[in-house]
Amino acid sequence: MTKLPTHTEKKLGLVIDLDTCVGCHACVTSCKGWNTQNYGAPLSDIDAYGADPEGTFLNRVFNYEVAPADGGSSQTVHFPKSCLHCEDAPCVTVCPTGASYKRVSDGIVLVNEDRCMGCGLCAWACPYGARELDYDAGIMKKCTLCVDRIYNENIPEEDRVPACVRTCPAGARHFGDLGDPESDVSQLVAERGGMDLMPEQGTKPVNKYLPPRPKDTLDKQPPKALETVADEAKGFLGWLDKALEKL
Amino acid sequence: MTRPENIQIETSPPVSDEIRKTTCYMCACRCGINVHMKGGQIAYIEGNRDHPVNQGVLCGKGSSGIMQHYAPSRLRAPLKRVGPRGSGEFEEISWEEALDLAVSWLEPIRQTDPKKLAFFTGRDQSQSFTSFWGQNFGTPNYAAHGGFCSVNMAAGGIYTMGGAFWEFGQPDWERTKLFVLFGVAEDHDSNPIKMGIGKMKGHGGKVMGVNPIRSGYNAVADEWVGITPGTDGLLILSIAHELFRSGKVDLDYLRRYTNAGFLVNAEEGPEKGLFLRDKDGKPLVIDQKTGKPEAFDKPGVIANLAASQGENRTVFQLMAEKYLAAEYAPEAVAERCGLTAERIRNIAAEFARVAFEEEISLDVEWTDWKGEKHDKMIGRPISFHAMRGISAHSNGFQTARALHVLQILLGSVEVPGGFRFKPPYPKPPEAHPKPHAGVTPGKPLDGPHLGYIMGPEHLLMEEDGTAKRIDKAYTWENPFSAHGLMHMVISNAHAGDPYKIDTLFLYMANMAWNSSMNTAEVMRMLTDKDENGEYVIPHIIYSDAYSSETVAYADLVLPDTTYLERHDCISLLDRPICEAEAAADSIRWPVVEPDRDVRGFQTVLIQLANKMGLPGFVDDDGNPKWEDYADYIQNHERRPGVGPLAGWRGKEGDKSGRGEANPNQIEKYIENGGFWIGHIPEEGQFYKPWNKAYQDWAVEIGIYDSPQFYAFNLYVEPLRKMQLAAEGHGENQPPDHLRERIKRTMDPLPTWYEPFEDTNVDVNEFPIHALTQRPMQMYHSWGTQNAWLRQITGKNYMYLPKKIWDENGFKEGDYARISSVHGSIVVPVALHEGLNDHTIWTWNAIGKRKGAWALDEKAPEATEGFLLNHLIHELQPPKGDGMRWTNSDPVTGQAAWFDLRVKIEKADPKPDEAQPVFPPIKSPVGKGPKNVARKI
Repeated sequence: MTKLPTHTEKKLGLVIDLDTCVGCHACVTSCKGWNTQNYGAPLSDIDAYGADPEGTFLNRVFNYEVAPADGGSSQTVHFPKSCLHCEDAPCVTVCPTGASYKRVSDGIVLVNEDRCMGCGLCAWACPYGARELDYDAGIMKKCTLCVDRIYNENIPEEDRVPACVRTCPAGARHFGDLGDPESDVSQLVAERGGMDLMPEQGTKPVNKYLPPRPKDTLDKQPPKALETVADEAKGFLGWLDKALEKL
Repeated sequence: MTRPENIQIETSPPVSDEIRKTTCYMCACRCGINVHMKGGQIAYIEGNRDHPVNQGVLCGKGSSGIMQHYAPSRLRAPLKRVGPRGSGEFEEISWEEALDLAVSWLEPIRQTDPKKLAFFTGRDQSQSFTSFWGQNFGTPNYAAHGGFCSVNMAAGGIYTMGGAFWEFGQPDWERTKLFVLFGVAEDHDSNPIKMGIGKMKGHGGKVMGVNPIRSGYNAVADEWVGITPGTDGLLILSIAHELFRSGKVDLDYLRRYTNAGFLVNAEEGPEKGLFLRDKDGKPLVIDQKTGKPEAFDKPGVIANLAASQGENRTVFQLMAEKYLAAEYAPEAVAERCGLTAERIRNIAAEFARVAFEEEISLDVEWTDWKGEKHDKMIGRPISFHAMRGISAHSNGFQTARALHVLQILLGSVEVPGGFRFKPPYPKPPEAHPKPHAGVTPGKPLDGPHLGYIMGPEHLLMEEDGTAKRIDKAYTWENPFSAHGLMHMVISNAHAGDPYKIDTLFLYMANMAWNSSMNTAEVMRMLTDKDENGEYVIPHIIYSDAYSSETVAYADLVLPDTTYLERHDCISLLDRPICEAEAAADSIRWPVVEPDRDVRGFQTVLIQLANKMGLPGFVDDDGNPKWEDYADYIQNHERRPGVGPLAGWRGKEGDKSGRGEANPNQIEKYIENGGFWIGHIPEEGQFYKPWNKAYQDWAVEIGIYDSPQFYAFNLYVEPLRKMQLAAEGHGENQPPDHLRERIKRTMDPLPTWYEPFEDTNVDVNEFPIHALTQRPMQMYHSWGTQNAWLRQITGKNYMYLPKKIWDENGFKEGDYARISSVHGSIVVPVALHEGLNDHTIWTWNAIGKRKGAWALDEKAPEATEGFLLNHLIHELQPPKGDGMRWTNSDPVTGQAAWFDLRVKIEKADPKPDEAQPVFPPIKSPVGKGPKNVARKI
C-alpha cells in the first residue's frame, strides 16, 4: 500500500471543454507520439497491422449519444479521457510496490516504472479506466501531464504544456493549477460550471470538464419573426423604390 | 522505500537533436510541422506555431505522421507486373528500366496521337506542374480529382463570385457571430475550421450545422438542422424567399458590387436573357441619380435596382419574382426538406437578425473601384462553409450557387465578420484560362487543359459533336466541367467512348477501390481483355507511395516517397495556403532521405520529360532545363519573374512575388520554417474585388498583371447562353436528347430540381438516402496503414436512424443487406439517433481489400469494413435510348455520390464477413510487423 500526500503545493490538471471538443483525436495521437519517445517505456502497439490491434494510449476520446430530457434531437458528446490526477487517488493507495505515487509539488500522479511489476491492481482500482497496462513492457502506463514537457527547459516556454493541450485544434483543452482559484483554469471552471467526473466515487479528480452549452434553442427562443414588406413581385418593386430612396 | 517526494525524475530531458520544419501531407490541409529528429531519425511531429495555416496546432492525422512515414505498406522499388493484372504479382526493377519502359509506351503515342495518353493525378498538390507536363506531352486528357470531389462548389463559387470556400476563402473567424456549415466538410478545411469553431465559440458566437447527420462539427453545433439529403438548395432558396418577403437584403451592397442592377434583355430571340450592353460590350445599368443607362463600372454610377427599360428589367427584379413565388415558401418546401416551416422561418429570421442587427463597423478608410472613398468597412457577421456534402449531388452546382448567392444577398462576402477571400482569389471566371484540347502529334497542347468557359463557343467537341476529352469534359453533357471527370475516365476508356486510349497514367488516386464509383466493375474494366486477348486498356502506369489496392492493377508502378522525403511547393500558381490577410506559400523538403529505391513523383515526371525531350522541359538545343523537382521549383518561370514560389525571389532573394529566379530560394524557405507570407495592406483586407488597395497589391506581387475589378454574378450569363442554345439559337447546338435537361438545369439564377436518382428509381422501393462522412482522424484510404489511426477507426458500421432501426427490429451486432438499384452490400449496422429519419450513413474509405496496405488479411478493415461505392454506379440506370448517361451533375460533371437511394433489410443469417468479398491481392511489400514499440 502506498500513501497519498496529505497536501500538494499545486493541483496541476486539465480542463476539457465538451462544448468545443470536435472529437478529432488530435490529443490522442499527439499524446501517443510524445509519450512513446519520452517518459518511460514506449507506448506499444500489439498486433499493429493485424486482426486485433491493441495499443497503449494514455488518452482516448469516447463518443456518447445523449437524448435530451425534453425530447429534442439526440446529441453527440465527444469525451476525451485520461488520468484525472485525483486528490484521493485509489490507484496510488492500492499499489503494492510504491510504484504509483502522487507528487507533493504539483499533484501529478505518476508510475515509477522501475518499481512497477505490472500487477494491474491500480487499473482495477481506478474508476475511470484511465490506466493501461503496456503488454510489450509489462508495466502500467498513464498520463503524466507531460511532466517532462511542462518543466522542460529545452523547449520554448510557451510549449511547456502537455502535448494534448499544445496540439488541440479547437482549443478545447486547458492546463493549469486548479488549486489556485485565481488561475485561468480555475476561473474558466467557475465561469462555465466546470464539473467533476463521477464525483460520487469520492476520488476528488483534479481535471474538470466544462459541460456543453444548451443546444437547439432556436425554435424555443426564436428571433423576431420577419415582417412582410411584399409577398409578390409587384408589391416588392414598390417597396424597393422607397427603400432605395432612403439609402 | 523512497518517499514519493524524494523520487527524482528527469523533467528536462533533451527532446531532439534538431527540428526540421516542413509541410504536413496527412491530408490536404497543409499545416506547418516541426519534425523532431533524433540520431537522424524522425522522433516526433508537432505543429509549427509560426505557420499561417495551423498556428501550432495539429490534428489527429498530422500527429500520427510518423507512423505513416514508417508504415510497412511503403513501396520499396519500381515494380513491373509479372502476373495477370489485379493479382499483385510484380518484380522489382531498376529506375532506369522503369523509366525506359514508360518511355517505350509514351513516346510512340506522343509522336502519333498524344490523346491516347490519359494522365489523371488524384489528390495531387502539384497540379500547376503536372498539368504543365500533360500540356507539353500534348494530351488533352489531364485532370486531377476535383471532378469526383467538389467541383460543384469550386465552379459554383467562381462563376458566382470569383471564389468558393476552403482554398478560396474562409470565414472572418475573429468577428463572425454565426457560422453556418452545410454538409460534410470535415476534411476541407481541417484544422482552420476546428480552430475557427473554437475561437468563435470563445467569443460567444454560434455554430449552425445543416447536415442529415449529427457527427463531427455538427456534434458541437449549437443548432442542428437535420435536413433530408439533396434538398439543401431548396432550403436555401426558401430562406431567400423569406429574405425577399421581408426586404432583409443588403440593397446598398447589391447595387454597388453585384450584377443585381444589370438590365436583362426581355425580347424574344437569340439575345433573350442576356445583359443589355453598351458599344464596348459592357453590361448596362440605370444610374440611380441620372436615370440614364450607363456602363456598370463607370465612376460615379450606382445602379438603380428598381429601374427598367421597357420590358427589360434588372436581375434583382427577376430574382424577386422568382424567389417570392409560392413554390419557395417555407410551407411549400418544409416536408420535402424534412423540416418544419416554422424552423425554416426561424433560420431565415436568425440569419437576417445577425446580418443586419449585429452589424459591425471598422474605422478603416478604403477606396473602391470607381474611385469613391469610404471611411468605414461595414460588416455582416454571418459566415458559411460547405464542401463535398452539398456538392456531390446532381443538383449540386445549383445548390452551391444558391449558397453563394445567399451570402451575397446578406451582404456578407468580403466584409468584416463574413466570408473573406484568400489570395490569389478573388478572381472572376473571365480571368481564368479557357480549356484547350487542340492536339498536334509531337507538339504541346494548344493551351491549358482546364478552365472556365463563357459560352458554347468554348466547348471541346469535334465537328461531329463527339468529345475531344476522354472524360467528355466541356461537352453538352456537362459544359462547365472545370475540373474534368476523373470518375468517367476508366469507364469511358473501357467503352472506347469517345475513343480508345493506349496508356492510363494515374497518380495518387485509389481508382481500383475507394475512389471509384462501382468499384467491382472498375476492377473488371481494368482487367478486361479484347477479342485478341489484349487488355482493353493496353498500358497502366501508377505512382503511389504505398501498397494501395490500385497498385495491383498497374503494369508499371513508380514508387513515390513519403511526404517527409520529398520536395514540393504549395504554390500561388496552384492551390496555395494563403490567409484572408496575406498571401502565403510553402514547401516540403526531404527532412530525411529515402531509405529505399523510391523517387518523388514530380522528379520522375521531369526525368521522363527529359528522356522524351518534352517541349517546355528542354531548351532549344534539347538539353534538360531541370534535373529534378527542386530544380524546377526554384528555376521555372511561368511568366517572366513569376515562378512556383513567391518568396525570396531575385538573385539576392530580396523580392516578393515578382523577381528573377533565386538559386538559394529553397534554402531561404527552410530557414523561415518552410513557408513565406506576404501581408495585404490594412486598407486592402476587405472588399477585395472592388478595393483599389487590394488590387494594386495583387498586381505588385504578381497574382495578376492588371487589376481585375468585377461585379458578383447573382445571374450567370454563360448559363443562360447554354439555355439559348438548347432553345435553338446559335450555331453550336446541343444534341436533341439534352435540350430539355439543359433548359431545366442551367437556369442563370440559382434553382432547385430533384436529384436525378430520385427520378430514375422508384423512390417507394428505395426510400432511404445513403451517405458517407469523413472521420477527422482519417484521410481517404491512407489512415488504415497507420498503426495508431487504425486503432481509432478500424471498421465501419452502417449507422441507422431510430425509425429504421426499430422498424426492422435491428439489434446490436446485426448485419443488414443494403441495396440500390445497382447492387447490394451486406454490412454491420449500428444505431445513431442524431440522424435524419430517411438517411443512413457510414465512414468513407475504411473498408480495405484483403492483401492491400500491408495489413493482415483478417484485419477488421478487410473483414468487417466496407465501401458504399459498390452501390453507386458511374452511369445512371439505362433509359432505353442506348446512351450512357453519367451519374454526374449536368452542369459541371461532378460525381453525384450523394444522390444514392437504397433499401434495407436485416441479413439473416448474418454473414461471416461484410459482403461483397474479393479475393486477396498479393502484397508486393509483405505484411507489417506484429508488434511495434519504437523509441529512439
